[in-house]
Amino acid sequence: MEEKIRFKLNGKKTELMTDLNQTLVWVLRNLLGLTGTKWGCGNGFCGACTVLIDDEPVRSCQIPLSDVEGKKVVTIEGLEKKGRLHPVQKAFIDHEALQCGFCTPGMILTTVAFLKKNPSPTRQEIMEALDENLCRCTAHVRIIDAVLDAAKEMKGGK
Amino acid sequence: MRKNQKSTTQSGTTKVSGIKRRSFVKLLGGGIFIFFQPWKALDILSMPQQQQQQRRSLTKDYNAFLHIAEDGTISCYTGKIEMGQGIITGLAIMMAEELNVPFEKVKMVMGDTELCPYDAGTWGSQSTQTFGPAMRAAAAEAKAVLIEMASSKLGVPANSLEVRDGIITDRSDPDKSVTYASLAKGKKLEKYLDVKPASEEYTKFTYVGKPYKRVDAYEKVTGRAKYTGDLKIPGMVFARIVRPPSHGATLKSVDVTGAEKITGVQVVRDGDFIAVISENRDKADEAVVKVKAEYEFKELPVNDKTVFDWMVKAQSRSAVAREGGDIEAGRRESDKVFQSEYHDPYVAHAAIETHTALAHLENGKMNVWASTQSPFGLQDAIVTELKMTRETVRVRTPFVGGGFGGKAAYQQGVEAARLAKLTGKPVMLVWTRDEEFFYDTFHSANVIKVNSGINNSGLITFWDYHVWFAGTRGADIIYEVPNFKTTSYSENRPAFQVHPFGTGPWRAPNNNSNTFAREVQIDIMASSAGIDPLDFRLRNLKDEKMIACLKSVADKFGYVPARTPSRRGIGIACGHDAGTWVAEIAEVKVDKATGKVQVVRVACSQDMGQCINPEGALIQMEGCITMALGYTLTEEVHFEGGNVLDRGFDTYEIPKLSWLPKIDCVILDRMDKPPRGGGEPSIIAVGAAVGNAIFDATGARLYQTPMTPERVFEALKKT
Repeated sequence: MEEKIRFKLNGKKTELMTDLNQTLVWVLRNLLGLTGTKWGCGNGFCGACTVLIDDEPVRSCQIPLSDVEGKKVVTIEGLEKKGRLHPVQKAFIDHEALQCGFCTPGMILTTVAFLKKNPSPTRQEIMEALDENLCRCTAHVRIIDAVLDAAKEMKGGK
Repeated sequence: MRKNQKSTTQSGTTKVSGIKRRSFVKLLGGGIFIFFQPWKALDILSMPQQQQQQRRSLTKDYNAFLHIAEDGTISCYTGKIEMGQGIITGLAIMMAEELNVPFEKVKMVMGDTELCPYDAGTWGSQSTQTFGPAMRAAAAEAKAVLIEMASSKLGVPANSLEVRDGIITDRSDPDKSVTYASLAKGKKLEKYLDVKPASEEYTKFTYVGKPYKRVDAYEKVTGRAKYTGDLKIPGMVFARIVRPPSHGATLKSVDVTGAEKITGVQVVRDGDFIAVISENRDKADEAVVKVKAEYEFKELPVNDKTVFDWMVKAQSRSAVAREGGDIEAGRRESDKVFQSEYHDPYVAHAAIETHTALAHLENGKMNVWASTQSPFGLQDAIVTELKMTRETVRVRTPFVGGGFGGKAAYQQGVEAARLAKLTGKPVMLVWTRDEEFFYDTFHSANVIKVNSGINNSGLITFWDYHVWFAGTRGADIIYEVPNFKTTSYSENRPAFQVHPFGTGPWRAPNNNSNTFAREVQIDIMASSAGIDPLDFRLRNLKDEKMIACLKSVADKFGYVPARTPSRRGIGIACGHDAGTWVAEIAEVKVDKATGKVQVVRVACSQDMGQCINPEGALIQMEGCITMALGYTLTEEVHFEGGNVLDRGFDTYEIPKLSWLPKIDCVILDRMDKPPRGGGEPSIIAVGAAVGNAIFDATGARLYQTPMTPERVFEALKKT
């Protein structure tokens, strides 16, 4: 059954008329063309589909579209502002914190949410915060360095 | 250096892998084309068995080419693919270097069966070491051609010309200059290159050997990078295929009425091949579980616990890989003799992107986009399976979300093409995580038995090595042993089926297993002899590269010699893979109450010849070491008969961020040597280094990977 839903997507008011039981990840990817949100396991274990809902990292393969009614949704496409990369994105490039890049959007969004809560994290805290985001190419060393650097940059930059 | 080349313009219609060479030229318009031939025997030998059978005749093919377009853009067309290993950057660096053009001016066009010449597949750390030098040679040749052209255009002898940033200038008169673009304009020139000409001296390299950022990073951090699953064609449907519960199960009966009742879902059936399609992936997911199917089971009587016994007893083919001296004489000369048996389970590839393909049959042409390490292999498979011709099947490879050998298999591409043909619609097939585990071509479980001896001087007297189902990659003894024999047992199909499911190459195929067995055995002997394990290795080695790696890793680690177990938790291992030598030292902490092992530090030294992109090489080393923690500590596919029990990341645990040890890497300076593989070697010795470190910490010896808390706990009980 098609129903109306309103939410904010990457800063823009969005209204959809569709089946609200669809999984958020497929709505983003297939209906809205935001393919930066990856589908990796469908069980919430890998974190590739992570998006921000009201600033919280959420596995978009685990929730129906109806859950985002009236909320703020941010996907990887929404991080760049006026052609300027988010400091976390920039740090991931600078530190080569990626290889195949498939886990990268989820990893970056989880980091963005984490740094908002903990602007001065230790290495240990970063490891714990990102522990449930899987990276098979194992760019782990670089990811941690990138997050530390982004944290520094964001404190100085704002 | 011998050159064997012919230069032609508007040349004929020599066949390149079934596609007329002229067709590339037609597609790309004018400009200068340099075809080249990077094949070496090594590349073919390193291929997985099934790909060796699939590969096409290579002798007369030019399987890559450079194109200098009329606008000056320089592109390299290659059937190799980018799956995270970074060759899209590494190969572009080599090309820019050789042609003296800015790095930004070069473009890699990869993995398209219509635009790129045949390439069997991307694996075995071969892209840089085999393909790279050939590409450099082609680029050097292209430059020579351009200089020749500039010489006649400017009326200046070629030896007075120099190239910088794609501009050829007269050294004595800088006003006389011409760009690559203007030389290529209005031309249609083809050259064929068989043998490597002299390429630039490494000391003159501008880009090679300096850190260089990956060219795909921006696209990947912004979500712009397109992987197969990100593509969309009007009218595209998502497919889910009805799968048997186990390998060896065959369909007895099926009832699809439940699935058919769902709006927007179509059931597709071709014999036992049953799928549901829908424009909406959720609907396809919903429908596929409504299909009621019954199966007949004919499974192999084996599981993850009995498999090792099963393998040794299996009817198999045996072959002596290498032999020298006299084992029995060696045994008699020994003061101590050691016999050990090592077990290694099936291991999954588990890339985060599952096997994905999009296929569309339009006007008789099958267009396929797939996450695969072998676009040409997939093309051939579709041609065979759907009885099409090569000209009517085109496979393209967008970014691949991790391969590790697992995407050398391309079943999903054939399935998507089959569905596209059956339905006439563009079909997107994204395997579920469950399917990804079920159909993975696992690293093969294996058994290795080693019988060896030493004399009172701590020298190895004999080495009798038997390996079941791991082959001999990495089974080199490496140490100086007068009496040795390596016997390899492999599957004897169809007489006896050993594996219930598919097996195939996994990062540094089987070298992990062979290096584990050898290096643990060495450690056992060193400990028994009361000799420090580094000293023991150095005593028994003559291989200078190995010695250099060991010494430099010891230096990097700050290694202090001691007899084991020293209770410090430090272990050493070494070996070589893909032409690269590697030595590693691991430091662990073992929780004796639970058996849980934490790897706190790994140091690694690598001799990989000329290092093209140190940043990229370092990342590969760190990646290898981190990934190795999986096969070392947790990764093991559990199964019962043909049923794969691990179907997700809940039970199959891959290395997480919190596992990360401190990693220190050294790349030995070998800029004067040819480049060797970098994507796999440093994964091989981590298992043994950690196993030896556990022994050093506790006195408990582990003969089986992964070294799970349960196994460590059991081993601790025996100390």
